Amino acid sequence: MATTTLAPRFGAFRRSWVWDWLTTVDHKKIGILYIVNSFLFFLAAGLLALVVRSELAVPGLQFVNVQTYNQAFTMHGTIMVFLFVVPVLSGFANYIVPLMIGAPDMAFPRVNAISFWFLPVGGLLIFSGYLVGGAAAEGWTLYTPLSGAAYAPGYGTDLWLVGLTLVGTASILGSVNFIATIFKMRAPGKTLFRMPIFVWTMLVTATLILLATPVLAAGMIALLIDRNYGGSFFDPAAGGNPVLWQHIFWFFGHPEVYIVILPAMGVVSEVLPVFSRKPLFGYRAFVFATIAIGFLSFSVWAHHMFVTGQVFLPFFAFMTALIAVPTGVKMFNWMATLWRGSISLTTPMLFAIGFLTMFLIGGISGVMLSSPPIDFHLQDTYFVVAHLHYVFFGGSVFGVFAATYYWFPKMFGRRLNERLGKIHFAMHFIGFNLAFFPMHELGIQGMPRRISDYSATAGWTELNLLSTLGAFLIAASILPFLVNLVATFINGERVGDDPWEGNTLEWATSSPPPAYNFDVLPPIRSERPVFDLRHRHDAEHLAAEPHPPGEGEA
Amino acid sequence: MTARTRAAAAELPISHREAGMPTPLVGMLLFIASEVMFFGGLFAAYFNSRASYAGVWGPPESAPELEILPIALPITIVLLASSFTMQFGVWAIRRGDHRAMTRWVALTLALGVTFLIGQAYDYTTLGFGLSDGLFGTVFYTLTGFHGAHVFGGAVGLTILVARARAGQFNARHHVAVEAVSIYWHFVDLVWVALFTTLYFLR
Repeated sequence: MATTTLAPRFGAFRRSWVWDWLTTVDHKKIGILYIVNSFLFFLAAGLLALVVRSELAVPGLQFVNVQTYNQAFTMHGTIMVFLFVVPVLSGFANYIVPLMIGAPDMAFPRVNAISFWFLPVGGLLIFSGYLVGGAAAEGWTLYTPLSGAAYAPGYGTDLWLVGLTLVGTASILGSVNFIATIFKMRAPGKTLFRMPIFVWTMLVTATLILLATPVLAAGMIALLIDRNYGGSFFDPAAGGNPVLWQHIFWFFGHPEVYIVILPAMGVVSEVLPVFSRKPLFGYRAFVFATIAIGFLSFSVWAHHMFVTGQVFLPFFAFMTALIAVPTGVKMFNWMATLWRGSISLTTPMLFAIGFLTMFLIGGISGVMLSSPPIDFHLQDTYFVVAHLHYVFFGGSVFGVFAATYYWFPKMFGRRLNERLGKIHFAMHFIGFNLAFFPMHELGIQGMPRRISDYSATAGWTELNLLSTLGAFLIAASILPFLVNLVATFINGERVGDDPWEGNTLEWATSSPPPAYNFDVLPPIRSERPVFDLRHRHDAEHLAAEPHPPGEGEA
Repeated sequence: MTARTRAAAAELPISHREAGMPTPLVGMLLFIASEVMFFGGLFAAYFNSRASYAGVWGPPESAPELEILPIALPITIVLLASSFTMQFGVWAIRRGDHRAMTRWVALTLALGVTFLIGQAYDYTTLGFGLSDGLFGTVFYTLTGFHGAHVFGGAVGLTILVARARAGQFNARHHVAVEAVSIYWHFVDLVWVALFTTLYFLR
């Protein structure tokens, strides 16, 4: 009896894995591309930070000249904000959000691919300023008239503008994709109020990106026209208004702060319940607080501009202080989640708790700065540098590492080594506080930001040295992390599909998931369908029990 | 796909996938929301410049005064008319009238191109340029970006005509027509705001 093979085996048409990754439209592979790309930019921007901190360690110019120093802190800020923190969180969201809502992919997979591929191109354009006579050197905010053609000749600033416009376009397209995915691709039963908090925070984040980034794009194009085609938007000599740039930049820039912090809040809100063995306290309050932060973020931009004398102080001071209310609600959500939980201090949990404490400090210094008299004193000092690093680094970056350790087993089926992870956390946490806590005091003593040198008699030397030591400790903490990655890929512990006993849908499929994500979906009756699945017998048991006396008896 | 998934998919009623607005339309509306903010930024720059400008707001004194005739008003009417022809095209394909839809969309494309040619001609007659003072900068930036969006819409309309000639649309499957029409109406609305701002509110 003859046998014939009629259909070729699935996957018989083999392509090289390089081609496969370059052309992929799978949200999981694109998510990993986002994360890897962002991490490379993180390392580059981290090296620039070490240049800055080395120069500031002691008075005098030791390592770099002023122009190189200016380029270093400008590129450090730009790359960290636009090419690390925002895209790395988008990368995790790309991987996790479709899984969390039980979807097979994003709504527009090919748009998803192009919104990723704009990022390395835009990032390299920004960096390529170094090849043509120097990168942008006006600080990451690129204030006019300093960034005008008169004071910043050369191509570095133009490349910054073009590259960042590409990156902005990418994030606009990405946010269209996220919102469409979240509204149109949820599995049956996955109602809005059964979405995991991370999905909610990404929904609000994507909305902020969608509405804030185009305004910056308009401003950047206006600046490009001013610099290259004789425009006079920001040129006071021709009747233009340089403060207009600050308005445009911060109208985008303040929502940007929440674009950076909200997804990290979402990560923490996923990690804390899993490792406290409790549901998140006050789910709905958390959701409404997130939405409230989204709305408020558009009404506070001018608190960056108190000293311009051109903004209405009471309004912007009040709205800024008001943001502390929904943020405070979230703090209580998290603390009440931990309260009387069965806490296990795994590495993701440590980073999540690190987020809670560090972000609290950043939040408090933020409320201090919302008060105009204090702001007048501290504007453009190291106090502001400390504040923004406690929010961006102590908040978002701790969230990023919590996400890395938490979802690594999901992505690769192996768990990162816990011992190395805890070493990483300890060095990271100590280094971070060593680097940035002294900056509060330096700022109060009046040390301005963006200076490359200071007088030995100013009394700032010890604190600066301490801060530099901290920066190197942070850099050193990346080593155990890298060792951990390599070691885990070689012979990491295989931990099955659901090593943490997670709550949300991404843990209902295999780890790593198949290309189509789900063979079957569990019934979705709450925001914790996998928890429900694990405890379905308890539920059946409860349902089978006779009603307690007095209930259901008319 | 495993046999189990196929079985599960077969059990799902179609309504789970098709409920509400089609996903491409949602995407287009979100994209337009970002475009609204983009033009919002440009309009804000316009009004901020106008408010803080010390001299007389308008074209430089060496140039003639801005007039709505003979170009600006006619091309405005052309662009407004193109919104109507576009909508007639959408209604035609909703009825399943494939031929009428193709004609209406082609006519819309012709009107859009007429607008672009008219605007390009207008630029040559104005007598001032982008670098001639603040008004020149904002005038050319705003109208230029609007023109670029009309051009983008014209590319979309061209694709629609090509796809229509290949017979790709019918009464049930024509989401691309709907999406391009929303975009075209949006571009038209921006021009109404721009025209009013530049020629009347000035």
